[in-house]
Amino acid sequence: MPPVENAELLRVQDLKVHFPIRTGGIVFGQYTPLKAVDGVSFSLKAGETLGIVGESGCGKSTLGRGILQLIKPTDGKVVFLGNEMTSMAGEQLRAQRQHMQIVFQDPLASLNPRMTVGDIIAEPLTVFFPKMSVAERKAKVKALMAKVGLLPQMINRYPHEFSGGQCQRIGIARAMIVDPKMVICDEPVSALDVSIQAQIVNLLMDLQQEFGLSLLFISHDLSVVRHVSHRVMVLYLGKVMEIASRDSIYAEPLHPYTQALISAVPIPDPDLEKNKQRIVLGGDLPSPMNPPSGCVFRTRCPRATDICAQVVPKLEEKAPGHQVACHHWGPPAQALV
Amino acid sequence: MATDITGGTKRAALIEKAGEEVQGRSLWQDAQRRLFANKMAVASMIVLGIITLMAVFADVISPHAYDEVYWDYIGVGPQWENNHWFGTDANGRDLFIRTLYGARVSLMVGIVTTLVALIIGVTYGSIAGYFGGRVDSLMMRVVDVLYSMPLMFFIIILVVVFGRHIVLVFIAIGCVEWLTMARIVRGQTLSVKRKEYIEAARASGVSTPNIIRRHIIPNVIGPVIVFVTLMVPVVILVESFLSFLGLGVQEPMTSWGVLISEGAAQMENAPHMLIFPAVFLAVTLFCFNFIGDGLRDALDPKDR
Ligand SMILES: Nc1ncnc2c1ncn2[C@@H]1O[C@H](COP(=O)(O)OP(=O)(O)O)[C@@H](O)[C@H]1O
Ligand code: SF4
Ligand SMILES: [Mg+2]
Repeated sequence: MPPVENAELLRVQDLKVHFPIRTGGIVFGQYTPLKAVDGVSFSLKAGETLGIVGESGCGKSTLGRGILQLIKPTDGKVVFLGNEMTSMAGEQLRAQRQHMQIVFQDPLASLNPRMTVGDIIAEPLTVFFPKMSVAERKAKVKALMAKVGLLPQMINRYPHEFSGGQCQRIGIARAMIVDPKMVICDEPVSALDVSIQAQIVNLLMDLQQEFGLSLLFISHDLSVVRHVSHRVMVLYLGKVMEIASRDSIYAEPLHPYTQALISAVPIPDPDLEKNKQRIVLGGDLPSPMNPPSGCVFRTRCPRATDICAQVVPKLEEKAPGHQVACHHWGPPAQALV
Repeated sequence: MATDITGGTKRAALIEKAGEEVQGRSLWQDAQRRLFANKMAVASMIVLGIITLMAVFADVISPHAYDEVYWDYIGVGPQWENNHWFGTDANGRDLFIRTLYGARVSLMVGIVTTLVALIIGVTYGSIAGYFGGRVDSLMMRVVDVLYSMPLMFFIIILVVVFGRHIVLVFIAIGCVEWLTMARIVRGQTLSVKRKEYIEAARASGVSTPNIIRRHIIPNVIGPVIVFVTLMVPVVILVESFLSFLGLGVQEPMTSWGVLISEGAAQMENAPHMLIFPAVFLAVTLFCFNFIGDGLRDALDPKDR
C-alpha cells in the first residue's frame, strides 16, 4: 500500500438514502421509508483506501451510489474536492464524474453486450474529451488495455467472449481511462473465482500506487479488505458501527459486531481454526424498514442491555483515530485469534 | 493475466496474431459485415432491389401505358406478340405495367409508413420507458387513448378534412402502427434500463440522450426489427383494404392490394390476374422477412 497524503478528497456528512416503499393496499397504502443508508459520516484522503464491510443488505452498494449521486441522497452532504456534490445537478454533476468512477460487482452485467470492448473503454473519453482524435483515443485505450492485462488486439471483441476476470479488467480500464481521483469498488471480486480474485485485487492496488488513487473498497470479505485497506469502516443496517485504521480494527476491534465478524473469518491453520473462539450471531438482519429502537444491533448483540433499546449510541472517538458507536464498547472478552 | 486466459483469448490470439495492428470497429460495422455474410438476406436485398428498379423504370421496360385500354384484349392471358407479358385485366389494360405501378404504391406505403412508425415509436417508447414514473404513465395513457380510436373512423375524418389523397393513407396507417411499436419499445426499455451497464454509463457521465441512443436502443432493437418485418406486410394489406373501400388509391392508379382483389374476383375465368400480382407480393414479403431475420442476427454479437 502506498503512503497516504494528508489532503482530504472526500467528506461524507450524515448521509441518508431512504427508499420510499409502498406498504398496505393501493387505496389506503402509504409510503414507509426503507432506510438503506442512515446517517453515515466519514472522510477519505487522497491516495487512501477505505474498506467498507458489512453483511449483504446493510447498505454498502447504496452508500456507494449515494456518494456518486447515482441515487439522490435523502439528506446529508457529500463534499468531493471541496465541491458539494449533493447540490449539483445536470452538466455540473456530469463534469465531476470524471474524477469519481466505479467498478461494479457483476463484471459481465456492467458491460453493454452490444458494444465492443474498445468502445466500452473509450466511452468516458468521448464524454470528457470530445475533441480527442479517434487515433489518439484508440492509442489510449490500447495502452490501458495492456496495462490492465488485456491483449490490445482484443479491442473489437464483445464482452461475452471474455471470462469474468477479464470482464472485470475491462470494467477497471473503463473506470481508469479518464484518470479519476477516486474509484469506488463495489465488491469487485466477489463474483469471481478465488484464484482470480487475488489478481484483480493486486491490479487495483498497482493502479492505486501508480496513479495515487483513492479507493472506497466495498466488500463482505474481511480478508480481502484487510489486504487492501488503510482504514476500515463497519456498516450495519445503514449505520456506521466502527471506523479505525486497519491494524487497530483487526487487532483490537471495540464494537461487538466487528468482533463477531472478525471471529467468523476462517484461519488457514486447522489447529488454530478448531480451537478459536467464535462469536455466533443469532437471528437475521432486521428489516431496514422497521429497524430496532436505540442501537440497531441490539437484537443480535451479546452485550445488549436496557440502555441499548432506548438510546442510540453515538459514533465517538474512543481511542486515537478509532471511532465506535456502542454503549458498552471495549475489547473482546477473549482474544479472537 | 496468467490463469484467466480462456478459449476465447486463445482463439483471438490465433486469429489476430500478437502485435498485429487491429482497426477499431463498432457494433454497426460488425453488423454490416455479418448481414452481408448472410446469403438469404443478401439474395432478398437483390430481389427487392430488382423489383424496386422495375417499378421505377416501368415506363421504359413496357411499351404500354398503365391506363391505356385495349378493347380487343379484355382479360386475356399472357401473350408475347403484343407485349402483354402478364396478359390484360378485365378492362383491357396491360397487367405487366399495372403490376409495376402497383409495386410503386405498395412498396411506398409499406416502407414509408413503417419507417415513420419505427422512428416515432422507438423515440416515444424509449423515452417513456427510460424516464418511467409519471412521464411514462402520461405518455402511455396517450397511446391507450389513440389505440382505442378505430382506424376507419380516423381515416374517414382525415378524408373528410383533407380530401382523398394517397399521402393520407401513409399518415393514417403510420399513426396507428407506431402505437404498437411504442408499446414494444417501452416494455423492452423498462427491462434494459435496470441493467447495470446503464448505471455504469451514467457513472461515466454519459448524457441521457446518449444513453438512450448508444445503450438502450441497440439493446431493444432485436424485437423491434422482427416486428417491423411483420408490419410491412400488414401495412400493404391494410392499404389494399382501404383501396377496396374506396379510401385508398383511385382508379386508374392501382396497388398490389387492388390488383389482387380484382384478380380474386376473376379467379375462375382469368387466373393470371390473381397470380402475377400475388406472386410479386409474396416474393416481396418473403424478402422483408429474410432481411429482418438477417438484421436481427447481425445486430446480436452473441450470434456468430
Ligand atoms: N432501488 C431500491 N429500492 C428499494 N430498496 C432498495 C433499493 N436498492 C437497495 N434497496 C434496499 O436497501 C438495502 C441495502 O441494499 P444494498 O445497498 O444493495 O446492500 P449491500 O450492497 O450492502 O448488500 C436492502 O435492504 C435493499 O433491499
Ligand atoms: S450499544 Fe448495546 S446493543 Fe448496540 S452494540 Fe453496543 S452493547 Fe450492543
Ligand atoms: Mg451490494
